[in-house]
Amino acid sequence: MRWWQTKKRHADLERELQSDLELEEEEQREGGLSGEEAHYAARRAFGNTALIREQTRSVWFGAWIESFMRDLRFGFRGIRRNASSSVFAILIVGLGIGGASTVFSVVNALLLRPLPFREPGQLVWISNGETYSTQAEHFVDLREQNHSFSDLAGWSGYYRTGNMELTGAGEPERLTSVPVTGNLFALLGVEPAIGRSFTKEECEGKYSAPPAVILSNSFWRRRFASDPDVIGRALTLDGRPATVVGILPVSFDFASVFAPGAPVDAFIPWPLADKTKPQGNTMAVVGRLKPDATIASAQAELTTLAKQLETQHPDRNTIKPRLVPLEKHVSGQVRPALVVLMCAVGVVMLIVCANVSHLQLARMAARQKEMAMRAALGAARFRLLRQILTENVVLSCCGAALGVVLTIAGTRALAHLNTVELPLLATIRVDGSTLAFMILAAVASGVLFGLAPALHVSRNRLRDGIQETGRASTGSREHGWFRDGLVISQFALACVLLVGAALLMQSFLHVLDVNLGFRPERAAALRIDPSFRISSYARQNAFIDQVLDRTRAIPGIVAAGIADVLPLDGDRSWQVGAKGQVYDKNNHPEAYIRVVTDGYFDALGVPLKTGREFSASDRATSEPVVIVNESLAHTLWPGQNAVGQIMTQDGGRRVIGVVGDVHHGGPERLGGNEAYLPMRQTGDYAAMHLVVRTTLPPSSLATSIKLALRPIDPNLPVTDFQTLQGLVDKVVSPRRFLVMLLSGFAGFALLLASLGIYALISYSVHQRTKEIGVRMALGASSWLVRRSVLAKTLRLASPGIAVGTVASFLMSRWIQSLLFATAAVNPAVFSVVSLLLCTVALIAAYIPARRASRIDPMRALRTE
Amino acid sequence: MAREKQPRANLLLGTLDMLILRTLAWGPAHGHQIGKHIQRSTDDYLQMQHGSLYPALHRLERKGWIVSKWETAPDRNREFKYYRLTEKGRKQLVVEESQWKQMTEAVARVMWPAAEES
Repeated sequence: MRWWQTKKRHADLERELQSDLELEEEEQREGGLSGEEAHYAARRAFGNTALIREQTRSVWFGAWIESFMRDLRFGFRGIRRNASSSVFAILIVGLGIGGASTVFSVVNALLLRPLPFREPGQLVWISNGETYSTQAEHFVDLREQNHSFSDLAGWSGYYRTGNMELTGAGEPERLTSVPVTGNLFALLGVEPAIGRSFTKEECEGKYSAPPAVILSNSFWRRRFASDPDVIGRALTLDGRPATVVGILPVSFDFASVFAPGAPVDAFIPWPLADKTKPQGNTMAVVGRLKPDATIASAQAELTTLAKQLETQHPDRNTIKPRLVPLEKHVSGQVRPALVVLMCAVGVVMLIVCANVSHLQLARMAARQKEMAMRAALGAARFRLLRQILTENVVLSCCGAALGVVLTIAGTRALAHLNTVELPLLATIRVDGSTLAFMILAAVASGVLFGLAPALHVSRNRLRDGIQETGRASTGSREHGWFRDGLVISQFALACVLLVGAALLMQSFLHVLDVNLGFRPERAAALRIDPSFRISSYARQNAFIDQVLDRTRAIPGIVAAGIADVLPLDGDRSWQVGAKGQVYDKNNHPEAYIRVVTDGYFDALGVPLKTGREFSASDRATSEPVVIVNESLAHTLWPGQNAVGQIMTQDGGRRVIGVVGDVHHGGPERLGGNEAYLPMRQTGDYAAMHLVVRTTLPPSSLATSIKLALRPIDPNLPVTDFQTLQGLVDKVVSPRRFLVMLLSGFAGFALLLASLGIYALISYSVHQRTKEIGVRMALGASSWLVRRSVLAKTLRLASPGIAVGTVASFLMSRWIQSLLFATAAVNPAVFSVVSLLLCTVALIAAYIPARRASRIDPMRALRTE
Repeated sequence: MAREKQPRANLLLGTLDMLILRTLAWGPAHGHQIGKHIQRSTDDYLQMQHGSLYPALHRLERKGWIVSKWETAPDRNREFKYYRLTEKGRKQLVVEESQWKQMTEAVARVMWPAAEES
């Protein structure tokens, strides 16, 4: 018989006891007692058989488990009995745990879980001072000469969304391909799922004609329906054949780690020695530390190396390697926001606990008699305490079950938010650690909100419980301060959350209010690179003329222009100078370069300050010209009129106009220096974006533009039509994400706090029915009664708000780094939140207050 | 009060285990016999409490010191649950006996020091 065969063991024990009892009875009878007397004597000799049974059983299964199961049964019974309040408690616990776990799963993916690479702790992000990228020549030397890293790898930071065109079988399509060094995948520890990585030969070809291509898993699934035979097939990329050599595994999502919000389709080899590839700071570098090297030692070594390289190669750009652990680089920017979110859900959970605790306390008061009776029948206090705790944990686990559903839904929704620029978002899911977190949260909150009612019962004089009659409960009045405390703390916590949400909201509104330097509304952009190769200026300019003429002829289009990069994107920068000026090498002015056509400024809504715009006659044959923004005009020709001056670029370009600054790095950052070159005078650009301004909703234009452009180039892969407002939305999306989540939590907290105060005031009105009756009988008007109830409400709400204001004052400095143009210590926000909380408290209390004022004195007095 | 009972019960518990093991050293017996035997051997000084006998028997069984089997009694036509000492139980009995001896001697030395000297 095994220990878990409980049924069999019970029967066995029963039989044993029965047989011995009979023996005892026989002996008693032999001792001279009559049948019935013998029966009772035997029973007496045996004592409490039920107790014997229980004690014997407990030898086998440990009393603990058995009584735990009983508590569990009682717990479920209790939940069923108080269905409505239980459902309410489960609902708010479920919402709380669901929210907390969803945020946890985000935190888990971004901060806790290691990056999906081999030994990610060894990986280091190497930037070049403030800028993102390093010159390829420097990279080659650093890679050869350093001793700290087992290897360095990199990719071109110069790639852009849709930078390559796939033609041939199937619909023509624009791909996003990243040129990478051949060792990148090996360095990260990523093995192609099928096929292989690039060979050395493949990495030594021409930049413009990659011989091989590796596909991302998502692109492979989408375009080739997961066909493994695609390996070895030649794809036509930008009109040249490239052989598919590998497919990356599902687990490797380059974009979600390094370029959130911009999926990557393919990887091509990057020939570092090829002189025709883009020059300058183009390379993003990662390294894998040797096991014995540290970030600090590697930093020291690379700094020394970089100094040597700078003196050896004065012709190259400056290099100032800056090392950051890759994990920090990926999640560093979102870390403060996530910490704030995590704290916010913690606060929400506390409010949930306070609320349910209050609810359970009220329920315990109703069960006072039951508990007292149990104690009188011999239940140990510890057992009662444990039973109540178990009941509450059962309740919170039911809540957690609901929370699981919400979390799964929440993480699904988050993982598919591909318009949000947050790293690793696609990897968010409910995994083991999220479930562990939920169980922990459920048990902890169950204990937390069950503790007060449990202690309340065990500490209470149970005898009083039985004697107690009616509603004049002394026990609950003793605990009045505790209930008040729960409500006050809910208000304080809600206040903190509301202040935080309001500050972030205000800051978000400020971000949206920023004058970006262009007008995104009613503007849209479309990628229109021709499918043929542009072989001459004549051919290029004919294409441009045709595109612009046809587009401008479409009804509803006000302005149209072409640019190589769209606003909020592009960080190609050149050293620029005014003719005749000598600059210090380390302090040479730089400007972002944009290549645009006439009509671009109108289409985008960038104001022309002085001079003239490009015209269709600024061509390869006419005088080289340039337009600068106000910052660059000020940098190069401070205090002078920039128009008419000569910039040293391309052997001298005359400045013909000055335009306003555009915030290219996002609303929070100033645009910096910008120089605009006329597209008709250069071939040095990587893409063509048609930008249009319309009087119609931009999204309705996609088809008509495609139709209009078809005759020029039937293969024109006009795929990604996007509104400029969409681009702006994407840039502010992390902020919006944070504000939305935090506002949601704050709203939930406000709701809970108002429910809490409603419950407390109703309870106190209920308890004071008699007192109110007496007062009304003595002449108190209903208005006076109502006023006293509302005054009590304010007495509770105001200390909560005061504590909350002080707490948020202390914590607001802490979220300062997340705020844009918003002071963290913000009297306006603080007072609005306080006012809001007071109003909500009064509204919540108004219903019980009105009930109090309608108490019929006669009836109230008679009930006693 | 239940709380005060606890230490005394524990003391008895230990000795009771030893007494049961000793009783079974004579041969197999069922619960009732064991109880009666202890009671009679001590001239009814130790009143057997069934309440502690059965838990003790089951505890010893769980520890593997005794085994149980339903068998027909030799003198009557009925089945009883007979307990039997195992090899492990026999060793345990030796251990407990020597411990008990040491303890009673130690107690005796404290209680009657003169008797020891003479």
